Amino acid sequence: MLSSLLRQIRKAPWSARLGFLIIAINLLAFAFAPQLAPFEETEIIGGVWEPGFWAADCSEEALSLRGPCWSQLNHSRVDGKAWLGTDHLGRDLLSRMLYGARNSISIALIITALSFFIGMTLGFLAATMHGWVDQLVSRTVDVMMAFPTLIFALIVLSVAGTSTPVLIIVIALLDSTRVFRLSRAVALDIEATEYVEVARLRGERLSWLMWREILPNTLPPLIAEFGLRFCFVFLFISALSFLGLGLQPPTADWGSMVKENAGAITFGVYTALVPAFAIAFVTIGVNMVADWFLRKAAGLRDEY
Amino acid sequence: MSKLSAYILKRIAFAFVTLFVISVLISLGVEFLPGDLAKSILGQQATAEALAAFRAELGLDQPLHVRYIEWLGGLMRWDLGRSLANDIPVADLIGARLSNTLFLAVVAAAIAVPLSVLLGLLAALFKETPFDKLVSMTTLTTISFPEFLVAYILIALLAVELPLFPSMANVTPAMDFWDRLHAIALPVSTLVLVVVAHIMRLTRAALINVLGRPYIEMAQLKGMTRAWIILYHALPNSLAPIINVIVINLAYLVVGVVVVEVVFVYPGLGQLLADSVSKRDLPVVQASGLIFAATYVLLNLGADVLSVLANPRLRHPK
Repeated sequence: MLSSLLRQIRKAPWSARLGFLIIAINLLAFAFAPQLAPFEETEIIGGVWEPGFWAADCSEEALSLRGPCWSQLNHSRVDGKAWLGTDHLGRDLLSRMLYGARNSISIALIITALSFFIGMTLGFLAATMHGWVDQLVSRTVDVMMAFPTLIFALIVLSVAGTSTPVLIIVIALLDSTRVFRLSRAVALDIEATEYVEVARLRGERLSWLMWREILPNTLPPLIAEFGLRFCFVFLFISALSFLGLGLQPPTADWGSMVKENAGAITFGVYTALVPAFAIAFVTIGVNMVADWFLRKAAGLRDEY
Repeated sequence: MSKLSAYILKRIAFAFVTLFVISVLISLGVEFLPGDLAKSILGQQATAEALAAFRAELGLDQPLHVRYIEWLGGLMRWDLGRSLANDIPVADLIGARLSNTLFLAVVAAAIAVPLSVLLGLLAALFKETPFDKLVSMTTLTTISFPEFLVAYILIALLAVELPLFPSMANVTPAMDFWDRLHAIALPVSTLVLVVVAHIMRLTRAALINVLGRPYIEMAQLKGMTRAWIILYHALPNSLAPIINVIVINLAYLVVGVVVVEVVFVYPGLGQLLADSVSKRDLPVVQASGLIFAATYVLLNLGADVLSVLANPRLRHPK
């Protein structure tokens, strides 16, 4: 399994390989954040917005220009160095980036998984049952998709409050409309084939038809779509966190970290760009892999 | 022709149904969600009188249909209730901000639409050349970037390192047109970058799709220049998807300004909405949410109708 994956990666174009590399780095951060991080998630280790490794120069001139140099940081632990400097409360940025990878990616994964569960169940159901079920769900989805996602989410969050479970359910529901559209379309194609008809005539149950007959043949486009939906959800949750409506502090989360450190940008302290670029890299990486997978598996996506 | 008008009428009817559902969801949405709004906003310690007063203020004590009709009636008279946070009529709060947001969106659209169509045309014309690859790479990157990253990169480059434009886009009624333009230069550039990426990619794809058709080959064999073929033979047939993506991006411009307005502390409707959500100022959220949603629905309706008009074949759906 793993060796065949590696062989596939070796044959992939450079863009997909770069995507795999980015994903691998983030998975490492995701899995081993507590072991890799030099400091705790909420531990205050020094002054506000102290510079990182680029300020290793401790000459008089550099000190007057940039403030304290790297070796002068007030570290609570001798072995730890703030490689990326400190944030707006004097916490280690690198540690928060690592923990942030864990929080931001896991919530986006949970939301995407839930959205696929809802969207695929409804989509397959609509495709196998036809009739009023199909009509009802399709028309509801039409109306929901006519509603701008961000505005919908904002209105619901203002009523229900911004707790993490509410956030997960709201975004998953909104996103499941797109999954529904795709899975219904793909399932309709498969549903028209002879072997599904045979299974139907055999008297198999609806759940058998949906999960044993239709699902295996709809997997490739749906897996690629999972990557693309993940990107969308990831950007969406980052935007909400950036607006202060996503994950709440002191949890380290990339979107909130951008918001917290953004005030310093006008003074030439670019701490906020680190989590912002991390968000972009994850999105680009997953996009590249999903794109390659789609081309390889189905050739569904054309030029655009 | 009757088929065409029937189709358009159907789209308009669907848009109105959507608007109706949206208005019901917005005005009565409190009801469908679990939990007691009054308690969750005022806190567990709130007295029974305070809770009752809060419910009466929002009309939560009345039956659903009465609430909806009163809310709709108020909307018709542009009476949107009073803000919970600072007790100002919501209409006053929204008025100036709405025009600020529209100004931002209109300026961004006026730059982005011609620019992106031109870039898409050029990329299709010079397909597979370094120019095409450069434009494609740049747009792919901007699509993957969150808006706030584009915005902060622009601030870092054009407001901090090279102090050309202000990093905070504050506009006041006293400023004249050019001062305003200067003030919103960076938020406009952010929106333009994001929107251009989308429109340009689709313009290029739509053109290249048409360029593979036999009648284009015929035109080539007749010895026509590539520019002529693209402008007079390919462009008319790819207008429908291009118009569609342009209008959808205009809808995005009106709705997607929320994040950009927050980054640049721009006094627009989007920032008001984001603020009000965190303060849970329900009347303001309802009113501004409805304005955003209605604009979005109407622009999407426009996209559908225009693309049918631009493509005769879509007038006779099979």
